[in-house]
Amino acid sequence: MQALYSQLVAGISLGSILLLAALGLALTFGQMGVINMAHGEFIMAGSYTAFVTQRVIADAGISLLLAIPLGFLVGGLMGVLLEATLIRRMYHRPLDTLLVTWGVSLILQQAARDIFGAPNVDVRAPSWLSGSVNIGITQVPAARLFILMLAAAAVAGLSLVLKATPLGRRIRGVVQNRDLAETVGISTRSTDRLTFFIGSGLAGIAGVALTLLGSTGPTLGTSYIVDAFLVVVVGGIGQIKGSVIAAFGLGLLQATFEYSTTASIAKVMVFVVIVVFLQIRPQGIFSVRTRSLA
Amino acid sequence: MKHTGARQLRSNYGALCGLPLGALALLVVAPAVLSDFRLSLLGRFVCYAIVAVGIGLAWGRGGMLTLGQGVFFGLGGYVMAFHLKLADAGPSGVPDFMLLYGSGHVPVWWEPFRSPVVTLLGVILVPSLVAFGLGIAIFRRRVRGAYFAILSQALAAAFAILLIGQQVNLGGFNGLNGFRSFFGFNLYDPVNKRMLFYIAAVTLLVMLATVWQLYRSRYGELLIAVRDQEERVRFLGYDPANVKLVAYVLAAAMAGIAGALFVPIVGIISPANVGVVPSIAFLIGVAIGGRATLFGPVLGAIAVAWAQTALSESFPSFWSYFQGALFVLVIAFLPGGLSSVSLSRGFWRRRQQSSARAGTAAVPPADSGSLLPPEPGLSGIRAGSETAQ
Repeated sequence: MQALYSQLVAGISLGSILLLAALGLALTFGQMGVINMAHGEFIMAGSYTAFVTQRVIADAGISLLLAIPLGFLVGGLMGVLLEATLIRRMYHRPLDTLLVTWGVSLILQQAARDIFGAPNVDVRAPSWLSGSVNIGITQVPAARLFILMLAAAAVAGLSLVLKATPLGRRIRGVVQNRDLAETVGISTRSTDRLTFFIGSGLAGIAGVALTLLGSTGPTLGTSYIVDAFLVVVVGGIGQIKGSVIAAFGLGLLQATFEYSTTASIAKVMVFVVIVVFLQIRPQGIFSVRTRSLA
Repeated sequence: MKHTGARQLRSNYGALCGLPLGALALLVVAPAVLSDFRLSLLGRFVCYAIVAVGIGLAWGRGGMLTLGQGVFFGLGGYVMAFHLKLADAGPSGVPDFMLLYGSGHVPVWWEPFRSPVVTLLGVILVPSLVAFGLGIAIFRRRVRGAYFAILSQALAAAFAILLIGQQVNLGGFNGLNGFRSFFGFNLYDPVNKRMLFYIAAVTLLVMLATVWQLYRSRYGELLIAVRDQEERVRFLGYDPANVKLVAYVLAAAMAGIAGALFVPIVGIISPANVGVVPSIAFLIGVAIGGRATLFGPVLGAIAVAWAQTALSESFPSFWSYFQGALFVLVIAFLPGGLSSVSLSRGFWRRRQQSSARAGTAAVPPADSGSLLPPEPGLSGIRAGSETAQ
């Protein structure tokens, strides 16, 4: 029973990490159909933001809390820059956008290598996150609990923005029918840019959170980008709840398979499950229905 | 895709001249001019070029952005490596690395590859069957565009992780290396190394001729039609899934053959040759050369591989920036590749029109693959070919 609980906890923790990494991606992919391979490097930028913040402010707790909004800002600004320079020009070629942003991610990785050096750097966790918390049935590392709460806060914040603000209304309008949204006077251009800012900013927050789990290197982004995209594919686009279910589902699945086999076999099994799942629901768990022939 | 007669004829003449020219360059000029070392290097580039021919078929003509060709390259390569390792094993019949790391006995699924015939079949069949299984699952359910690209990339990631995890049976992170002979020929002998180059070069030419015939056939027309307007092809009574499946399986088989040739030429196959990064790196040469052309992918792949060797030796950091910049500049601003500069001029004209909201008659590109409503604008290549009419 104890083993089952610890698998459950591991799965939920993995799910929350996947969710943080994929949330911004689901937003930008859903909004514009654009696949941003540089999203992983925005995560990396968030991690390095946390690292730099700690170099400036020695206190681990304050610097972590400060790094979260800073990471959001850094990721978001990088996203807006990318959107304004490249992605804007390529909305009608989504597949090519994937390759262009891959090129950007190669450049950003090398830039990180040149600025911060190839070896990984470490961010000290604050003392109140270094222990573990007893939640009745099993012990949970405090850092993982913190990430879970951060993911929950990000989901709550994003839903609030989407449901209750004028910007959110515009975003939902554009996702559902871009042409019609434009016809009724929504500036899809500025909506796209703001969406990209929020989505990339969420990647920055994910990066800050990941510093609590391990060290930060130039290839940090590549190790999360594929899984994050799988969450988006399984979750479907246009609705946050799809991503939430998919992230925790994949996290639990991975943890369960890892328990019975090895981590590498588990990865392959998860992939097979995803392909089988897409046989049943090719458009993911949820999707916005349109009348277009896509 | 409606080729005009003149255009079709021109491309046919191009191939008729290009194939013998390529044969002359690869089989006569290169061996005469290049040193043994350089020739072996060129042999490696030729392997990449064979993969590129397949990618040109699947991506350029079929619109399937396959980010996982490294998987098929790896499958072909590992199958060949199994055989070479078993053949080198000596009296005990157990490859050296298994004695070092493993339990000292050969896994059951290695055994069939003791036979050269099974190996040669396996090099083609194993990648083809994997591509067939995955393709049938994906295309039948109309998963396409970005979703297909992501799945193919996830496959590459999973495959590399699987290989790294199998230290005992597959050599893990180091892969399989240290081959001494190739079907009885000593691999340290320079003459045999030259022979390997000839084999690779002839294979490339055969692949090119095959793809050329495919492009000229009804199937080639159908493939382009599926790329540009999958739904219309369906309404005409064809099953686009089958059309795509054929191209995808052929591309996989080519990648497998390339991997099998790569193993004796380079002397190693490891997860570093097959994962996400090498898989996507295969694409840049294809894009530069012109993804929908016959020779573009080959020339592009060889040029990029040559540039990487030349640049990354002296400036490793510069190469990463350069490669990234290539992706950005070529894909964003020259989608038809270098071999179709006139096509890309058409692209710019079309783009200016559509940004001036004149392109209202435009239909959604079939390769958008998203659930978004139709958007004005066309994929670069298609716009180019329509302007050419």
